[in-house]
Formats: sequence, structure tokens, C-alpha cells
Amino acid sequence: MAETTRHPMTGNEMSGSAEGGMERHTYDVVVIGAGGAGLRAAIAAHDSGARTAIVCKSLLGKAHTVMAEGGIAAAMGNRWPEDNWEVHFRDTMRGGKMLNNWRMAQLHAQEAPERVQELEDWGALFDRTDDGLISQRDFGGHKYARLAHVGDRTGLEMIRTLQQRAVALGIDVFMECTVTDLFKDGDKVAGAFAYWRESGRFIVFDAPSVILATGGIGKSFKVTSNSWEYTGDGHALAMRAGASLINMEFVQFHPTGMVWPPSVKGLLVTESVRGDGGILKNSEGERFMFDYIPEFFKAETADTVEEADRWYDDKKNNRRPPELLPRDEVARAINSEIKAGRGTPHGGIYLDIASRRTPEFIRKRLPSMYHQFKELADVDITAEPMEIGPTCHYVMGGVEVDADTQESAVTGLYAVGECSGGMHGSNRLGGNSLGDLLVFGKRAGEAATAYADSLGEQRPRVDEADVKAAQASALAPFEVEGGENPYTIQSDLQQSMNDLVGIIRTATELEESLSEIEAFKERARTMVVEGHRQYNPGWHLALDLRNMLIVSECIAKAALAREESRGGHTRDDFPGPNPEWGTKNLVVNLNSTGDGVDLHEKPLPEMPDELKGYFA
Amino acid sequence: MTNYLLKLRIWRGDKDGGEIKDYPVEVSEGEVVLDAIHRVQGTQAGDLAVRWNCKAGKCGSCSAEVNGKPRLMCMCRLSDFEEDEVITVTPMRSFPVIRDLVTDVSYNYEKAKELPAFAPPPRDADGKRRMAQIDVERGQEFRKCIECFLCQNTCHVVRDHEDNKPAFAGPRFFLRYAELDMHPLDTHDRRELAQGAAGLSMCNITKCCTEVCPEGIKITDNAIIPMKERVADRKYDPLVWLGNKIGLRSKDYEGRTDA
Repeated sequence: MAETTRHPMTGNEMSGSAEGGMERHTYDVVVIGAGGAGLRAAIAAHDSGARTAIVCKSLLGKAHTVMAEGGIAAAMGNRWPEDNWEVHFRDTMRGGKMLNNWRMAQLHAQEAPERVQELEDWGALFDRTDDGLISQRDFGGHKYARLAHVGDRTGLEMIRTLQQRAVALGIDVFMECTVTDLFKDGDKVAGAFAYWRESGRFIVFDAPSVILATGGIGKSFKVTSNSWEYTGDGHALAMRAGASLINMEFVQFHPTGMVWPPSVKGLLVTESVRGDGGILKNSEGERFMFDYIPEFFKAETADTVEEADRWYDDKKNNRRPPELLPRDEVARAINSEIKAGRGTPHGGIYLDIASRRTPEFIRKRLPSMYHQFKELADVDITAEPMEIGPTCHYVMGGVEVDADTQESAVTGLYAVGECSGGMHGSNRLGGNSLGDLLVFGKRAGEAATAYADSLGEQRPRVDEADVKAAQASALAPFEVEGGENPYTIQSDLQQSMNDLVGIIRTATELEESLSEIEAFKERARTMVVEGHRQYNPGWHLALDLRNMLIVSECIAKAALAREESRGGHTRDDFPGPNPEWGTKNLVVNLNSTGDGVDLHEKPLPEMPDELKGYFA
Repeated sequence: MTNYLLKLRIWRGDKDGGEIKDYPVEVSEGEVVLDAIHRVQGTQAGDLAVRWNCKAGKCGSCSAEVNGKPRLMCMCRLSDFEEDEVITVTPMRSFPVIRDLVTDVSYNYEKAKELPAFAPPPRDADGKRRMAQIDVERGQEFRKCIECFLCQNTCHVVRDHEDNKPAFAGPRFFLRYAELDMHPLDTHDRRELAQGAAGLSMCNITKCCTEVCPEGIKITDNAIIPMKERVADRKYDPLVWLGNKIGLRSKDYEGRTDA
């Protein structure tokens, strides 16, 4: 008789006597990732009646969503009744330099308000307006104060609320469990292969629907606000399963990351600092953003200090301060100032809120930032300016999906949140990622359940030969002798991507990066892992590194192909946007030998005329 | 920037036992204990097990004991120590070791499951909810919790008494009970449950949890003591008792039902 035990870490049921010591679980929907998108998708799948599992690399509640600070963009109109989904839609499209999938931008703007209200039903405690409604704050690129927030720890509030909801619903969670392969039966998804980090033991999930919610790729860059988990797992899993990625050349460098001390270089400083009145200054004390207002945003940006300062209280009669331009514009401006020799002692520029707001206001609105600078840099942000510089923050590119269902080109495979592509075009507005997670998480969970239901008894089956292959592939790093350690390869890759595929790009450097990536791939083939399978970070990194390498190649290849500058992609040799490139996406797929990527162009989906009117 | 050789010692082992080993490692100005651990991992011990995520004090993953004190390794600056001081890093003591610095914290996830969820009334007619900022702020303090479980690790009710674990939810979850009890819209009364099943009465307010909280939440003063008072009110206040007997309800019970 099969003996059943509970997993000591998670309380999940596992069968110790399963064949080959391998656990096997059957679900309708398996969600990979437990950040905002994964949790929301799992809740939706559960509510639609699916047997649902969440599989995540870290403990529940630790995913990168906790790092989101500013807020959730949703046109609820609590502060500005003039705000509505149409204005939000227009802001989103313009922020993305019109390369967004219009349908995703539309759905997002329409559904975000209800998704935020729902969080409140589940216990979230947002900051309030004077009449008791959810407060909304200003952010870059948003016409009205629109971000629902909790101080500057909105992401924590969101993930805790969703986590507590998922726990209350009794959804199974496989924590500290990493998916390394997807299974297919013909052209349909059949399941996933994973290992427990704790024990190194393998698991097979039989499931007709798999939702990727794995987040981004930032760990491929040296200076990043992203955690170790951000190794492009979902991007790589999707490609290996036959799906395609779009917009991979667009990587968002957040304008304000910490630059000192070295140990926290890249750590995020929330855009709320600027939304709440903070300004940028160079070493000469000049408020330089007025010199960097692009033609595209001239009509809606203040060109004098006086007008900019009046805007915080009177939005009707004044235009926005240039510090609140979309992130790509601000990051490029900061980069130029530093390059021109007007940087701070630690190679950043100054972000000053101390001279603009009272210490009480700052501590109340930006408690985490106050704490972060005090504890990690000995800087009191209520008394002195912060030193900041651009940091790799977000990838706009991701799995190409159907806007309404989030299904990829592979039947049964869905992607939501940062690992999906299209919603944000060439540049994401601050506050639009949290809304994205909620809106499309719910849609994917429901669509994945409907598909699983439609199959009846005719479910795809996992092929045992594929299970064996997945197992061999996961164990391969232990088989090598005398090779290199994965930490060294990872660190060299991060340096290379930072130097050659960073915020400003050129053809020669991108070509160089592609040949360096080839060399890293070669080194990775013989990398060696010490120790055994139980909680072994070296082994985990060796497996993640394969994903980082393929995703890095996608970014460099697409960046080389797009000969223009737009949003999160700036080419020194092709400054400025090119209207011809404004009508197409770059699509990447795994090549036929499975060891590299192919690239092709694809026209953007055409926006219907009634929506075109907003941009006339 | 000044570099120096840190005398770092790390506990290595698993559930069957282990030992503290020396890992002298080069460190530089402005670094934290987690940087030193990562450098050991990258250069000397690739299989050194450690949990971490954000490295910014926001996710609460890298909890451990540094020279015996429960800390987040990412917020523990090397400049707080003398350069020639030995720094010894050991896993949290109240939870079973899995490997090296990683412990089995499932106790906390089990306790989370026992807690009845938030139970709001219907929304207002316009589909929105209204609460005053001052009323949400009490709960917001508790929702700053990053679930590092250092308070759970430190609380002597379980730290030295493994046998208390089944009946004791611990400070992290007293926070949660308090948060829900003070939520302006919650309709459940969880006081009985907090006192009984969650073991609130076992806490004798030594404030160890408050001392180790990296978020500076006043766990004892703002959550545990008020909860104890609310329980006491309900149990022993003669007016409340009389009111209950004759069918009157105090304002504190308005719209609430036992969870």
C-alpha cells in the first residue's frame, strides 16, 4: 500500500513510496510563481472550480512583488473624478510609445479599479482620502493621481493580502520548489517537472493547464533591483515548450536605484519620492530635467520650475514636472548627466525631497525609504539628498499571449505578469505592473480552468521518456568533473550584460555581447556543482543559469535588430524613434537545434478606430 | 574603500548535527553580513545553504542568529562590528535545521492556516468601502510585518519549550489577530480564539519579540497587550457580563460575531 506523508516544509501531501522516489501530483491548473500574478491566477482558478496548485521557488510571501513600493495604477477617480479608463489607457499607450498590445492596455485600464477593490474585500488596508476612500498618488506618466497605495510598501500589502486569501481558500502550495521543464503531449501542455529545493527530490505534475507567473530577468544584469529568483525561468520554459517571446529588447532601467554603499547598489528607490515632490539635481545643484523634455511629451510637461511646483496642488491649470516623465526618459537624462561629469561622488545624481517636504511628511509617506537609507547608507532623507542612479528593474518583453486569455502559442500554456509581453509596449509606466498582475492573473486563472474543464476525460498525458529526460537534464551539472563553478559564470554574464546591453546600446557592443554569450554557453556546458542535492544553491544556480543565458541572448539579439531608439531600448547609433519600427514587434523563438534563438518581425495588432481617436 | 579579512564563522550541518566552521573572507566598506555569506558561497563553499531574496529588509527571508542575536543578515552591517571581531552566524534556534543556515519554518505556515480570515460586510452602495485613515493606521502598523519569523524564533514560550508549539501561535500571529480585531470593517470576534486556541494567555509580555522586530513594530505594546485587555474586558467586565445577560450589546460587539 502506498504510504502517504506530509511534506515537512509545506504540509503538502507527498507519497514517499512513489515509483523511483518521485512524487506525482495531478491538478487541473498548475501556477508557477507566487508573486501577485501567480497568486491572483491561482485564486481565480480555484474560484472557477479547478484543482489548483501553486509552485514557487521561495517561501510563500517572499516573491518579488514585496519589493513593489509605489502603488497600483487604477482609474478609480477617488481623487480626480475626471479620471477614467480612457485616460489611463491613453497614458499607458503613450508611456509605451504606442508599441503596446492595445487590447491588453484597454482591458488593464478597464478592470484595474475592480481588482483593487477586491483586494480591500480580502483585507488590504490602503491609505485613505479625507472622505475615507482609497487614496491615490501621483506617478510618472499618469495624468491624474491614480496609484492606490500603502505608504511605500504597496507590494507587501498586495502579496500578503493575496497570500492570506490563497491560504484561506486552502489552495495547495509547493514552496521552495523549482520547475525545470514543461511536458507536452503533441502540441498541448501535459504537465511540469520540478524539484524540491529542500531535498533535491523530483516531482511530476500532471496538469493540462500551466500558468507561468515567474517574473522577470533582472538577475542577468549586474546592477539590478531584482532578487536571485529573477532568472527568466518562465521566459525560457515557454520558449523551450515552443511558445514565442516578444519585445525582449525593451528592458526598463529604473531611474532611481541606490548607488552607495556598493553592497546595495541597484536597490530600488521608489518613484513615489518624485510623485510626492522630490526633484533631481546634478552636482552643480541644477534641476536638470527641464533640459530633457522630449518633443513627444512637451505639450503636457511644465517648462518652468514655478509651473512644475504649482502642479502638485493644482493639476488643472499646470502641467506635470519633468521629473515625472516616464521612466525611460528620466533614466536616460540621469545617464547623460553622469556621463557629462555632473555626477555625485559615488557616481549618481541627487534625489532631493529633504528641501521640499517636512520631515513628518517624508516619514509618513515614505517610511520604507527612510528606513532603507538610514539603515543601509547612514543617510537621513529628511535632512539630506539621496544619491541615486539607473538600475535594471523590469523587462517589458515576455511570452506572446492572447490578450483576453493570456494563452501562449502552446495550447494549455498561459503567461501572466512580468513574464508575459505586450501590455507595456516599449516602456512600462510605474504602477502599471501591480495592476497588470491582478487583471491578467484573474483572466488567466479563469481561462486556464475553462480549458481544463473542456477536456473532460481526454487529457494530455505525460510521456515517461520525457520524465526521464527531464530528470537527466536536471542532474547533468553533477555529472561534470573539473569544470567551472556556476557563480563565476553568472557573475561574468552579469558584468557583460551590464556593460554591453545596458541602458545605452550600439551595434558593435551588441555584437560583442552575442559572442560573449556564446562563450558563456560553452563554459556553462562544463560547469560543475559540488555537494549533494539537498538544499544546494550551487546546483540551483546551475539550473537557473541555463535560463539566464537563453534570455540574455534574446535581449541582445532583439536589441541588435531594432535599429531605432524607443522606450526601454536606446541605440546610440540610431537615436530617436523610427516610424517604421513603430508598427512592428520582434518575435523570438528557440531555434531548431535548441541551443540558440531565431528572430523575426511581426506587425503590431491594429487598434480599432474608436480607440485611435484618443491619440488624434 | 577599505577592504579587510573578516573572521567569519558559519554553522554547517543538517538535522543530524553539524559544527561551526571558519570561513575567513575579504569584505569591504558598507557591506552587510549577507554579502560576506554570498562571497563565501561564490568562492569557498558553493553548496552553503542560505535563504534570501530581496537583500533590502523587505521580504524577511534571511533570518539567522549573528553572534547569538536574531537578525536579518541583509540589514546587519559589518560596520557595527570591530574589524578584528569574530562574527559567528548560526541558524534560527527555535526551528528545526534543514541545512546550514536554512531552517524548517513550516510551524509558522501551519499557524497561519488556523486563523479565520477577514470577514467584511457588503460594500457601500457605490461599490466602494469607506474607512478613516486614523482607523486603518493601527492595522497598517501590524501589516508592515515581513514574516521574517524572528519574533517567533525569539519568543521564549517556544524557544525553550518545543512542547508549547501546538498550543501557541506566537507573536507574529498575535499581530494578525490584533490586526483583524482592530480592522474597522471586520465582523468577526476572534478574542475567544486568540485567548484559547492561539495561546495568547501563555505570553507573559517580556517584549523579546518587540526587541528583535526589524520593522520596529511594537508587537507587545500595540498588539499583544491591547488584545489581552480586550479579552479581559469581554471575560471579566461586570457591565459587559450584565449586558450580555439581559440582551444588551456593548458598542465593541456591534456587528460582530464569534469567529
